Amino acid sequence: MPIKTEQFYLNVGPQHPSTHGVFRLRLSLDGEVVTDVEPIIGYLHRGIEKLAESRTYTQIIPLTDRLDYLASMTDNVAYCLAVEKLAGIKIPERAEYIRVIFSELMRISSHMMAVGFYLNDCGAFFTPVLYMWREREKIIDLFDMVCGQRLLYNYMRVGGVSQDVPDEFLPAIKKFVAEMPRYIGEYNQLIKQNEIFLARSKGVGILPKETAVNIGASGPVLRASGVKWDIRKMDPYSIYDRFDFEVPTGEAGDCYDRYWVRIQEMTQSLRIIEQAINQIPAKGPICSEVPQFFRPPPGETYGYIEAPKGNLGFYIVSDGSIAPYRLHIYPPTLINITALKDMMIGWKVADLIIIFGSMDVVLGEIDR
Amino acid sequence: MKFERYGTGIVKGMALTLKHLFRAPITVQYPDEKLNISRRTRGNELVWFPEKCTGCGTCTKACLQGNIILVTHRGEESKFIVDKFELDSGRCIFCGLCVESCPYNALAMGLSYECAKYSRKDLVLSKERLAVSNDHQPSAYYRPQFDDQLPDQSLLLYDRDKGGQKLKFLPLSKRKRGSGA
Amino acid sequence: MTLLDQFQLILKTAGWPEWAVYLTPAIVGILIIIIFVLTVVIVFIWWERRLISRFQIRLGPNRCGPEGILQPIATAVKILLKEDIVPEKADKLIHFIAPIIVFVPILLIFAVVPFGEGAILVDLNVGIIYVIAISSISVIGIFMAAWGSGNKYSYISGMRSIAQMVSYEIPVVLSIVGIALVTGSFSMIKIVEAQSIPFILLQPLGFLIFFLGSLAEMNRSPFDLLEADSEIVAGYHIEYSGMKFAMFYLGEYGVALAYSGIITTLFLSGWQGPLLPPILWFIIKVMLVFSLIIWMRATLPRLRVDQLMSFAWKFLLPMAVINLVVVAVEVLVLPAGLQWVMVILNFGLAAVLILLWSKLFTLGGGRVEV
Repeated sequence: MPIKTEQFYLNVGPQHPSTHGVFRLRLSLDGEVVTDVEPIIGYLHRGIEKLAESRTYTQIIPLTDRLDYLASMTDNVAYCLAVEKLAGIKIPERAEYIRVIFSELMRISSHMMAVGFYLNDCGAFFTPVLYMWREREKIIDLFDMVCGQRLLYNYMRVGGVSQDVPDEFLPAIKKFVAEMPRYIGEYNQLIKQNEIFLARSKGVGILPKETAVNIGASGPVLRASGVKWDIRKMDPYSIYDRFDFEVPTGEAGDCYDRYWVRIQEMTQSLRIIEQAINQIPAKGPICSEVPQFFRPPPGETYGYIEAPKGNLGFYIVSDGSIAPYRLHIYPPTLINITALKDMMIGWKVADLIIIFGSMDVVLGEIDR
Repeated sequence: MKFERYGTGIVKGMALTLKHLFRAPITVQYPDEKLNISRRTRGNELVWFPEKCTGCGTCTKACLQGNIILVTHRGEESKFIVDKFELDSGRCIFCGLCVESCPYNALAMGLSYECAKYSRKDLVLSKERLAVSNDHQPSAYYRPQFDDQLPDQSLLLYDRDKGGQKLKFLPLSKRKRGSGA
Repeated sequence: MTLLDQFQLILKTAGWPEWAVYLTPAIVGILIIIIFVLTVVIVFIWWERRLISRFQIRLGPNRCGPEGILQPIATAVKILLKEDIVPEKADKLIHFIAPIIVFVPILLIFAVVPFGEGAILVDLNVGIIYVIAISSISVIGIFMAAWGSGNKYSYISGMRSIAQMVSYEIPVVLSIVGIALVTGSFSMIKIVEAQSIPFILLQPLGFLIFFLGSLAEMNRSPFDLLEADSEIVAGYHIEYSGMKFAMFYLGEYGVALAYSGIITTLFLSGWQGPLLPPILWFIIKVMLVFSLIIWMRATLPRLRVDQLMSFAWKFLLPMAVINLVVVAVEVLVLPAGLQWVMVILNFGLAAVLILLWSKLFTLGGGRVEV
């Protein structure tokens, strides 16, 4: 008698500990092997693009906080850059440096969350997460010191930043930069050479160079596939052309490379912060004069930066009123997860979880 | 999986976790032990100074939630007199834009962060609740004049006496860590 | 002669009827063991939570009682007061019996664990075989729970459990045979008494295999695929709540205690030790073994299911067979007094085998073409 087999359908999410929010994957399984994947998004849709159409340009900044809530600062920077491009506003020198310092701090913090929870998905019971949170907490303390909140900063303004940094900020960040490399060494000691971790992540979930470029992936996901593309280097915005740093790339494009690129980027970000601290002008204005209800000239513009998760862009159409006519957000993770199906098919359920974890997905950004 | 390093990678990781066994915990025993929050905290309840307020309504226009209700009438010398100044802290997102926009320094963010209430009605802050009092102090967010009165923020970067965590051996017990910051 | 035998003898000389002489010590012994086991399990739960939080630079539960020792009791009370939910699609009968079938065999194991000199419920002459036989029953309970819940995650977990338990049983048994060869007996008491040198020195490879195998048997990291909270949420007990969940929870720590006790008995010379009373030595060694398990849980990621299987079949099984053959030859050839020679030989063997296997074998497949 022939054995009757049938497909096994499994819903991973929207409530699942490893979907990093409310993401849903509809799987077809053959035993433990994934034969088909259908990502279903939209559980966290808040209509931020539509909300923005009835807010003034300043009032949209708190909304951008809520896109990628693990990297609010870079969201603010991206939006403000786009508006400044639209209205042709110059930014004071000191504000530029403050923006760079905070963007890079945000990158370190975001990568820590990404790597920590990726390792947690691999099954290392919360230890890497807590070790990385220890340092992330220090970064968040600095943010808290400057703008009064720990997660949704609302710090950047069109034309600069909202307040100058307090006196105790620079010594604190110098201390942080000095001791951080030691902790990165500790993360490497904890897991980098661990045989089980290598077995789980090397060669798993390969995203080939061609596919990565074709889908328009960006950020560490693209660089792990071996494409040396970083907007900070290729199309320097703000003052990134003044700093000396490298763009780490991977070779295979597997989960391990995505992890390792992120760890290396932390070191490079530290380098940028160190240079920025040395170059920052001691005194000076931090925000150029922009009226509360300012009206940019009619027109449209696209401003984009290298956010921790990739190419984050804001497309703004202005009709000359106090609110944008249309605001479109180009989120990096939404573009990156379009590769999920190619990467996941043929792997096992356990691999699927870590492939998803290695993409560093934040649902606030995908669903907007 | 190939044990290329004969399992030394695993041993290294385990040595690191063993080292952490003798380090200070990073967590804080919250109700017993409180850290100093940032001086610029955007706390849970706004502080309103009625004597400074002219009733111009800039804050209501700055609020992206449309959350501030301001009712005024003309008094003598055609000045505004505020009849009602109310905001629902359940709808407030604590972005601080109202404080930032106030031209007369009449509004400040609060320092408090323990403001859970039993009913939604209690979340609505009226004129009396918004006024400054002993347990309702303004923070220095956009109000640098309050900066000197507030204690320094405890940063985890520094040693324990400044609120941070120094890497040193501490016993299992919670009591030996001192209470209160 | 065990303590229970002596108790029987006292009752007999006191002129009790024969059935009472037989029954009273048995009931007293069972009660003592159950109370001991449940107490130690509560200490274990507390110890795991405290120790793992110190590894993770947090404090862990410290509110209920001194240092939070009463936290497991508070947890237990909370769990017992919860509503007992049976899913609509569950196979009701199987869903109901499964926790019992998981929990009871674990208690049965303690019948042959020697807590001290003579402090054993029954000194079976096939003690260790009994342990292996009884502990295998839990697998059926786990699979019943997985199947009976009618949940897809638990179903995957059940599939994994069968594969994992069956594979790891073989190297575990083979490494025990090595000990039986040296001792010449399966009795737990005799095994302890034979350890003038702890068997961990005499058979390092056997210890390694048994330790890893028993980690897989008790679903501990890095072999905790059954529960894999980041993949299949909680595995086989995903649909359980209330008292039934408490059975699984106690069973999990009960089996950890049982295996720690067996490792102590087989490899760490059981209750033997200088100065301190035997029962204290036993508890100290059990706690050491359990702390090692917690330490591994705090550090290591989880293996994938195919890597787990190849680890058993390609790594542990051939090693166990070679270890068994070498030990058999050594027992046959070496005179009885030369145990230290055997220690050196076996350490050399372990090193050579681990180096060779690390070079030779690759574990686990990669992508499957579909």
